[in-house]
Order: sequence, then structure tokens, then C-alpha cells
Amino acid sequence: MAPAPSSTSSAVTLNINGEQHQLTVDHRTTLLDALRERLDLTGTKKGCDHGQCGACTVLVDGRRAVSCLNLAVAAEGREITTIEGMAEGGQLHPVQQAFLDLDGYQCGYCTPGQICSAIAVIEEHAAGWPSAATDDVRPEAGPPALTPDEIRERMSGNLCRCGAYVSIVQAVTRAAEDHEAAAREDDRAETVKGAAA
Amino acid sequence: MTTATTGRTALRGVVGTAHTRVEGRDKVTGAARYAGEIPFAGLAHGWLALSTVARGRIRSLGTESVLGMPGVLAVLHHGNAPRVDTHYIGALGFPPDPTAALFQQDRVHHVGWPVALVVAETPEQAREAAEALVVEYDVEPHDTRLTAGHPGAHPADGVLPAVTGKGDLTAGLAASAVVVDEEYTTPEEHHSMMEPHAATALWDGGRLEVVDSNQGTTWVQSELAKMFSLDESAVRVRSEHIGGGFGSKGLRAHQVAAVMAATELQRPVRVVMTRRQMFSLAGYRSPTTQRVRLGADADGRLRALEHRALSQTSTVHEFVEPSAGVARVMYDAGAHHTANHVVPLDVPSPTFMRAPGEAPGSFAIESALDELAERCGIDPVELRLRNEPAAGPVSGLPFSSRNLDACFREGARRFGWAGRDPRPGTRRDGRWLLGTGTAAASFHAGAGPSTAAVTAEADGGFTVRISAADLGTGARTALTLVAADALEVAPDRVRVRIGDSDFGPATIAGGSMGTRSWAWAVTEAGRELRERLAPGTAIPPEGITVRSDTTALVGALAQKERHSFGAQFAEVAVDTATGEVRVRRMLGIFAAGRIVNPLTARNQLVGGMVWGISMALHEEAVRDRASGGLYAPDLAGYHVATNADVGDIRADWVDDPDPDDPVGIKGVGEIGIVGAAAAVANAVAHATGVRHRHLPIRPDRVLSAAAARTGAAGA
Repeated sequence: MAPAPSSTSSAVTLNINGEQHQLTVDHRTTLLDALRERLDLTGTKKGCDHGQCGACTVLVDGRRAVSCLNLAVAAEGREITTIEGMAEGGQLHPVQQAFLDLDGYQCGYCTPGQICSAIAVIEEHAAGWPSAATDDVRPEAGPPALTPDEIRERMSGNLCRCGAYVSIVQAVTRAAEDHEAAAREDDRAETVKGAAA
Repeated sequence: MTTATTGRTALRGVVGTAHTRVEGRDKVTGAARYAGEIPFAGLAHGWLALSTVARGRIRSLGTESVLGMPGVLAVLHHGNAPRVDTHYIGALGFPPDPTAALFQQDRVHHVGWPVALVVAETPEQAREAAEALVVEYDVEPHDTRLTAGHPGAHPADGVLPAVTGKGDLTAGLAASAVVVDEEYTTPEEHHSMMEPHAATALWDGGRLEVVDSNQGTTWVQSELAKMFSLDESAVRVRSEHIGGGFGSKGLRAHQVAAVMAATELQRPVRVVMTRRQMFSLAGYRSPTTQRVRLGADADGRLRALEHRALSQTSTVHEFVEPSAGVARVMYDAGAHHTANHVVPLDVPSPTFMRAPGEAPGSFAIESALDELAERCGIDPVELRLRNEPAAGPVSGLPFSSRNLDACFREGARRFGWAGRDPRPGTRRDGRWLLGTGTAAASFHAGAGPSTAAVTAEADGGFTVRISAADLGTGARTALTLVAADALEVAPDRVRVRIGDSDFGPATIAGGSMGTRSWAWAVTEAGRELRERLAPGTAIPPEGITVRSDTTALVGALAQKERHSFGAQFAEVAVDTATGEVRVRRMLGIFAAGRIVNPLTARNQLVGGMVWGISMALHEEAVRDRASGGLYAPDLAGYHVATNADVGDIRADWVDDPDPDDPVGIKGVGEIGIVGAAAAVANAVAHATGVRHRHLPIRPDRVLSAAAARTGAAGA
């Protein structure tokens, strides 16, 4: 039962995976604890609670964020996507499928954070964002190729103590290729549609 | 009622073929629930309060004001906690670590010693109250510094005999054409698995239920039963998904705290360690100081070998990091002496951490071998091949299989080792100096007694029940394949249930023995069930179950030297301006028994090698002598390898089925880290001409070593 709002708690509505959740939270409650302890969305993991490991990574308005460093009361009005929201109608997200097929994990505890991060990495790269591994960051240089070095750099906010980095990079590479192929397919479909019109 | 269809079709067998994890979908969708994530009605939350001093006595605890804080239900401490029994020998043959036997004394034995548990309705309330608890101490002087000549050092057995010796070392060294005599050190290292220790305890119908994250449910069950003086049948421990263990997840303070509080409050209580608490409550690998003396003929053949290792332990529990054990398996010499010593300090208790002994020990001995190769002018691979022993150097027993030479030959071929210019500091890529290094690896291959039950279900499927633990090793999937082959059915008809002490005794996930030990029990039960199920056998609704117990079979194994072996190769680039070391590529070739699932086994081996990189370059917990605590005990202060630290790392294996195992398994959990740090350090020596005998090889060490060398050359 949710306690009534007080000087140390507030009623909030959180938009998580497209669903509205109303709850009263202690002002100290992090988004991570709200997900895990209040909403039974335990796919988001607590590895350090200090923003150092990336296990709690979720998407906030489409961008990756460590939910342990966000307060639940500050998450109102944001569109939050957790690992539970990545599969559609029982169909795994291509990044999830790649992690599964290529064994991009071992114990699985960092995995939801890795997958949320990887989904955002592919979007960030497609949007032309450079990373510390990018040689030429001038806008006219265009987006860098998503090489293993680029993926390693962009995925380094997510620790994996089992040391599954090699297969994580393979999984992100495959998912990114699928993503690009799908984008090309969309472009082609648009062109065909345009031509038909 | 249905009829059996086992073994009707001749299947080729699935052991040895790649199979994605059977629980994979749950792990990638977030559906897999770990210990701290199982909901319970009426759950209360416990928060441990730890000492801020390294040695002394608790003078007072300000519990009264804390009890008045919102939501606080109880404060447990040495003045009111139930008494527990610690005078027993646990399942692994050791007494329990008193750090886990909470609140039995007013003395404090290290920084981070548990002094109280605050239980409240919500985690926020429990944390606030625990942090508000004022504890006063009578402080005594402490000693937390491990030094080579520490007066408290003494030989200690642990899992291996402390001392072995044969031949006259002084004479052997004197008669040697080439001698290496060096000291190597490794720092305090922490497991740092991603999932913090978490347990929920509750009493249900007179039975204690514990939902935990551990490496053996029947192990933790038996420890809790002994400690709380309960029948084992009155304790049930479950641990379905485990977010990494690496040796740290046995009986620890969190389970005992949860049990005490659940007993006191008669409601479910969950206790989760914070990341910072893990650095003092979860065990760690002791720092080591090791002296290696090697004497060899001009052709590199060893005449004399001495390896002496010193580690630390706490003042309340003796754990020995058996680093000097490596040479007892790897290298022979006429004069051969090894010794493990330990010194008790005012520090937390160390424990088993991935390849205990072998990881730091192989760094020392495999670095020393590389130095010997250099001084003899012999290729380091060739030096190792020349020193391959015919039998156990200390035991004299035959090897069940060794195949180390095959690993080195295959590894050297694939790595491109032939024609390596041994001169250091000669290869460059822009500002980077390049070098290559190699090292040998070994890890004990054992089996422990286990029980299993395999049931032919009325729906045509098969259920395996065994209290195994899948720490991320892929054990659940491996056992699915093993059971399928034993039953001669497709793996999709097999469902493996693990992580429940109600399934009966089984070996822990440790010592690289888990999968082999469990597979043996599953094979026994599966084969017998298959034989019992003649085609057309009617299966009743409750199924037909066959149980196995491998105690007698494991006990009948002949005495042999049983180990996995491997050859590690590394290429590094060293930035001479910043001191940064990058591992560009690494190859490990292993002789590690029959590989059950190549997909997950390769991942395990590579993961071990990543630990080796991490050990060589990053990991170091630094203890502050003044406070006795660690500097920055968290994942920002304690560096483990990140994705960007890991380059092209590959692992593969040679054919090496264990002749005495029904499936041919040895074990792949730990061999990957062994020798890996030495291969990196040897590559750094090749790149720069400077030998690093102290881990980790930090940029400042690279720079100051280079500066010292330049200074010496200039003088």
C-alpha cells in the first residue's frame, strides 16, 4: 500500500515502457529503487548504486541514463524504457537476440544494462555522434564506422566482471549491422513508395 | 499414462556442440530474478552497520535514538543478538569465518567489521538509521601492512601442504650456469562480481527458508544449520540465478544477518550488501610477496627451483593464498622447494578468488621462467618444453593427461610466435613499443561427490534436479546437454532445475569442479533411467525417477596428478610518453578436458584471460596504513577491465578428454586467468626491456622504470 504524500514523500506518475504508474515515493528513492522495490521491474540491476558500473542503465527520453543517479521524483514526465520494454509482442529486440545468439554475457547481471546501452549506442552512432575513439570528429566527416574500437569505447560505461566483452562487441556489431540493413530497407521502401506516388 | 521414447533414435550426441544458454531469454529480457529480486509479502529490510576502526572494542552503541527513527523495527548487535555456534568444521573442511558469525563479541577485528544490523520497513529508512547509528570504540593500535620479513609470518597449510622440499637447494643453485633470484608482488584484489550479495530469510511452517545468491545451496544450508543449531532438513536454501561468484559467494554476513532478523521479527527480512560493504565482508585475494629462485644449466634445464610465497589473513580466520603450489605441478628440478607462509593482520579475511594460488603464483613463476629464458638466450616456449616433467614433480604420480606441449605448439603456430626477435625494445608502431610474451597455465582438475535425480515425465520430457549453481559458467546449459546424451534424447526434451538445497547434496561451484562433478551424477542417473525405460515402458503421472550418488565413484578415482593446462600468448603496446599499456591481442590454447559447450566454454576461458589482463594492468586495492581501511573501496577506486581495455582475445583448445571421467570433462572456470598476467608482463618486458615484478603495471610504474633505466644508461 502506498503511503500518503508527506513532507518527505510525494505522489508521482511515472511513464515506464508506455504505461503510467502512480505511486508515492520517499524523496530519497532513486529511479532504480522505484523500479525494483516498488514496481517489481527487477530487470534493471543494482551493481554499485554509485553510477560506476552501468548495470542500472535505462533509457530516459530515448537516451541512456544510470537510474541509480536519478531520483524517482525527478523522473516524472519522462519516457522511461527498461529492459522489460525492449521486446515487442514476444519478439526479442535485435540487440537482445544478438546477445542471446552470440553469448554476449555470462552471469547475466550486467546484461540488461549492457543491452539498454547498446540500443542507445546504435542510435547515437546512427545520429552521427562521435566518441573518444573517433579519429575525425568534424561534422563534415560524417558518422565514423562502428568498428570494434568504437563499440568498445562507447560500451565502456557498462562493466562486465565475467569478462564477456569480446562477445558483447560481437553482439553489438551484429545488431548494428542489422539496424543499418533495416534502415537501408526502409529508405528503399520510402523511395519505392515515393516513386509510386 | 504415456509410454517412454528414450533412446529409440540413435542420436549423435550434443556434448561438444554449441548451444545458447537455456536461460538466455530470461537473462536478455530481464525476466531472470536474482536473489534480491524475489518478492515477499511483509518484507522488511536490513542494513548492516560496519566499524570505522581497525582494532578495538565497542564501548557503546546509540541504539535508542535509532529505534525511534521512522520505520525502524529492530537493531541487532553484540548485546542482543542470538548466540550462534562457530565451533564446527564446515563442508569444505574449514571452520567458519567468524566475520560471518555476526554480533558474538564486542571486539572489532578490522575496518568494516559488522557491528550492527538495522531493520526497517523500507530500504531508505534502514539505511538512514544505520548511518545515524553512533558507535563508540576503545581503539587499539593496528597493523595492516604485509611485509616480506613480517615477524608474524608462519608456514600454513590451507588447501595444500605448506611446505614441500627435495634436494639440496644451495648446492643446486651453486652448480647452475644461470640463476634467477627475484621478488614478485601482487596487490590485494577483489572479486567484484556485478551482483552484490543478497539474501532474504523467513520462517515458513517451522522451516527456515533462505533465498540467496551463492555457489552451493547445500553448502550454505549446512553452514547455516550448524551455526544456528538446526537440523539440515529444517533449512532450505535456494539460489536460482547468480550474478557472478568467483569464490566469494559462500556463507557471509548477509545470510546470517537475514536469518537473525527474520527469527527476531518473525517476518521475511532481506539484507543486501552495498558495493562498499563488499570490500570488507565478501572476501578478497590477499596481496602476495613471492621470492623465486631458479638455477639452470646453460641449455635451460632446471637444476634448482625455490618458490616461497607470503600472504595475509585476518586475526580471526586463517586463509592461505597458496601461490607456491604452482611449481609442484609445473616444473621439476633436482632441488625443488616450495613454501606458503601467512601473516595475520588487522584486515578482513581473504578467501578463494578465481584460481587461488595459481593466479598470483603463476605470475611469479612464469615471469621468473621468462627471465631465465632471457638469461639463457633460449626461446621462452622452448625453455618450457625442455622442462616438461614426466611425472608430478613433488608427488611422483603420473599425470592423467597433460598436453601442455600440444598447447604451446598449437598456440605458437596460431599466434605467429616463430621467428620472434627476442631483443627487447626493437619493435615500434608510432609512439608505441610492441612486445610479445608467453606463459604456461595449470589448474587442478577435480571432482566432488554429488547427487542428482532424473525424472521421465508423463509428457515425454525429462526433468533433472541437482543442487548445482550456474554463476554464469553455463552449467545449466552444459548439464542439459550432458543429460540429453545420457538419456539419448534431444536437449529440448530436458529441463534442468538447479539451485535448491531440497535437491540433495552436491559439490559447490568452485575449484573448476562444478560442471564435471554434477555432470557425473547426471550421467549416472540419466543412463540408469534410459536403461530402465525400455521402449514402450508405461510412465505414470508422477513420472519415473532415478537418483544417483557419485560418492563411491569419485572416491574410487586413482591417485594421479589431475590438471588442466594451457599456453598463453600476449601482444602489448606500450606508450613511452604516457606509460599506458594496451593488450592488443591475446591467444590462449588450453588442454582442459572435453569441452561440453564450445560457445559458453570459450566465453569462460576468454573471461579468465580478461581477468588476467585486469590483474596485470588495473586491479589494486590500496590499504591506508593510518586508518587500516581501503582507499575508495568502490568500482571507481578499484579498477577492473572495461570493454575498452580488452582487445582481440581468443581462446581455443586441443583434444584432451579426461580418461577417468564418464563425459571426459576437466573444467574451464579458472584456467583462463592462470599465466595470463605473466604473459602480459613478459610482453611488456619484451616491448620495453624493463621487467615489471610488481602488479599492476600502472602507467606511473612504466614511466618511472623507463626513467630509471635511462638514468642508469646515462650515468
